[in-house]
Amino acid sequence: MSSGSTARRAYAGPLRGRGPGALPALVLAALLLGAWELYVRLGPIDPLILPAPSAIAGSLVSDRSLLWSNFTVTAGEVLPGMALALILAAALAAAIHFCPLLRRAAYPLLVASQAVPLVLLTPLLVAWLGFGLLPKLAIIVLVSFFPILVATLDGLAAVEPDLLKLMSTLGASRWQTFVRVEAPSALPALFSGARVGVVFSLIGAFFAEYAGGASDGLGLLVEQAIPQLETARAAAAVTLLAALAVALFAALTAAERRLAPWGAGT
Amino acid sequence: MQTRLEPRERSPLAAGRRASRSAVRLHGVTRCYPRRGAPPLLALDSLSLDVAPGEIVAVVGPSGAGKTTLLELVCGLQQPDAGEVRAEPAALMPQRDLLLPWLDALDNAALALRLAGRSRADARRLAASTLVALGLAGFEERRPRELSGGMRQRVAFARTLLSGRPVLCLDEPFGALDAITRSELRGWLDGVLQVEPRTVLLVTHDVEEAVVLADRLLVLSARPGRVLAELPVALPRPRSPTDPRLIVLREQALDSLR
Repeated sequence: MSSGSTARRAYAGPLRGRGPGALPALVLAALLLGAWELYVRLGPIDPLILPAPSAIAGSLVSDRSLLWSNFTVTAGEVLPGMALALILAAALAAAIHFCPLLRRAAYPLLVASQAVPLVLLTPLLVAWLGFGLLPKLAIIVLVSFFPILVATLDGLAAVEPDLLKLMSTLGASRWQTFVRVEAPSALPALFSGARVGVVFSLIGAFFAEYAGGASDGLGLLVEQAIPQLETARAAAAVTLLAALAVALFAALTAAERRLAPWGAGT
Repeated sequence: MQTRLEPRERSPLAAGRRASRSAVRLHGVTRCYPRRGAPPLLALDSLSLDVAPGEIVAVVGPSGAGKTTLLELVCGLQQPDAGEVRAEPAALMPQRDLLLPWLDALDNAALALRLAGRSRADARRLAASTLVALGLAGFEERRPRELSGGMRQRVAFARTLLSGRPVLCLDEPFGALDAITRSELRGWLDGVLQVEPRTVLLVTHDVEEAVVLADRLLVLSARPGRVLAELPVALPRPRSPTDPRLIVLREQALDSLR
């Protein structure tokens, strides 16, 4: 065994993070929460504007059934939305990769679409798709597919030119080269994009509920809690949203480790 | 050293052997690369070369002698700007192994068989004996990152061999390896080619490697690449690098480069 592979493994060790586990993150979170608590208790800030962590924790306990039922609604939008975004981004990336004309025609429009503020789009989507799940899915897909698409296209373009030459001398067709070399090479990049996209998807879901005339969901809960001066409850809802972000991010990292262990991201 | 190979289902070489024509024929080949803001870069200048079927020709020369260009022309990856290239189907083995990290050694070696439409089980079965012949028994299911540099290079060679192409273009196959591994791999390559002969174009900067492995040396000049000398190596195999006759040939090749 070469010393190179041993060295690489030793280097990857701390990155793979079996050692200290979640401890550093927990310590940092505890320090920040402690400082926040002290600031609200001792500082000049009105707790109605910034609730203390202890108040948020209290709301998480006392409002748990209300929070949980709205959490499941939001998670039920984000999960299928992310799945759709992944499928759409992967399909579009493949199509653009195969068709240079499509890249020139559609890529600028896709970039431009990302600059359109959601405030303008939401009423339109509601008018087209009603108040149900569909407009929320549309917004989630719209905000989260783009980072996945860009990362996947970069991954497809980053395949070693020598590897493509090799495939050609081994008699591979264009499609075989895509399936056997380009697609697996781009898989880690797709996951990188998905980790960014999942954060966007939560912002999208929250906004769709907040501004899209939803009947439930964490976004609506916040929209209703703030005028009622229930800022602790609003912050508790946001806490759950953040927890969902961390969970989905971790799930994507675990999925990448399983499905694309050759990537640099694991 | 075990170098026995199972007889393959078809030998593409048999067809090439029957005919007396060349397996690779370059006639007056010129290749230049356009450069922005500079005169075109002349990589090869009216180069002619005939390689007989089953012959091993080593191409030696300084960096920038157009050695890689020569191989890519033979593989059909580039077209000459002038002259003619005629070659039987050729498979390229690049300097870096370029194994696919998501496949194990056996699947990497069997890649060309899979591309030809064979089932995975079939392809793995056919590739297994080649890996054994290259001394990789027991490593079939290792991923490339779990193999040493010399092993990876052998898997890459197995992949090239199993392409079934009558011509193999090896681009500094052992260039990135240490001297001991390199001489060991020379032994494997020599042995396998004795059992399963192919037409081989071996690009190398190592004159010793060239005289140990090749039937003929082609010495190219620095850019633009021209043939400086052609040296036949009519010595029995396996050859020892310390054989005085080889040392003489080495000196001749190096002299023509000076």
